Amino acid sequence: MADDVLFEFLHMEIVAHVYKEQATRDDIDKERVTCVSTLEGMGFRVGQGLIERFTKDCPSFKDDLDIMKFVCKDFWSTIFKKQIDNLRTNHQGTFVLQDNTFTLLTQFSIGKQYLEDAPKYLAFSCGMIRGALSNLGLEGVVTAEVSVMPSCKFQVVIQKT
Amino acid sequence: MSRQSNRTTDSKKMNSELFTLTYGALVTQLCKDYENDEEVNKQLDKMGYNIGVRLIEDFLARSSVGRCQDFRETADVIAKVAFKMYLGVTPSVTNWSPAGDEFSLILESNPLVDFVELPDNHSNLVYSSLLCGVLKGALEMVQMAVDVRFAQDTLRGDSVTEIRMKFIKRIEENVPAGDE
Repeated sequence: MADDVLFEFLHMEIVAHVYKEQATRDDIDKERVTCVSTLEGMGFRVGQGLIERFTKDCPSFKDDLDIMKFVCKDFWSTIFKKQIDNLRTNHQGTFVLQDNTFTLLTQFSIGKQYLEDAPKYLAFSCGMIRGALSNLGLEGVVTAEVSVMPSCKFQVVIQKT
Repeated sequence: MSRQSNRTTDSKKMNSELFTLTYGALVTQLCKDYENDEEVNKQLDKMGYNIGVRLIEDFLARSSVGRCQDFRETADVIAKVAFKMYLGVTPSVTNWSPAGDEFSLILESNPLVDFVELPDNHSNLVYSSLLCGVLKGALEMVQMAVDVRFAQDTLRGDSVTEIRMKFIKRIEENVPAGDE
């Protein structure tokens, strides 16, 4: 079955490609936003597909917190080989997932040099989380921030319908 | 807990699906960005090339394969070691040309195309073009210029996937002028 490193390489290449594509078109301001949303959209589709396959034989979840715990443990370990290090919630629909050594950022040097570029490499993963949650019945907005490499925080705000 | 069962086997499978699904999302995005299939094929090939030039280092670090003596050995290493390591499949090496500079890799199953169907309006799309680029890029880093193309593709109705590889020439290592 496909090796883990293939996904990492492919992901790097996709990010590079999306940004290079945008650079050839004009309007620098729009550039960043469009790239991030393109990547996020791709991640969304992948997340949806994955969670469908993954939870085929699982019993249904009790509540939102149960779903988030599943994402933090099983989903994360399958994709990124480790669990989320810290999950916090305000019990009102906002969750913060903290990963202290995010797999897709470990290849970067620790320190401030690439801090600005880091979000590019998180967009796809944000989309994956959003896609996974969407197929589990939770609509939400997922954003990510990096303050110290390679740790990052994903913030999930569930929209109550 | 019932969820805990089959964790290890499932996780390997899930990673393969992660890669397959991501690749699918990429191809879909490229089809949206470019009008014609030829352009998409070219982009996939280019991206594959960029991946290949890095992948070869990972490969050499993890396998203990030494320098290949000839193209036949290269073919065997690609099929039995590299494909197995990265895609979990072992293609067969066949159809050698009389000169020994061209061969085919026959894949019974191509992990990239799980869950994929080509719609009618994309009949010229070579979905797995990335693989051609990867092979070209990787071999270029070990001083071999090769031409790689898909001779048969299950997505286009053939019974197997056949990748044809042709040796073009040996790339001489460039020594900077002052070092002689």
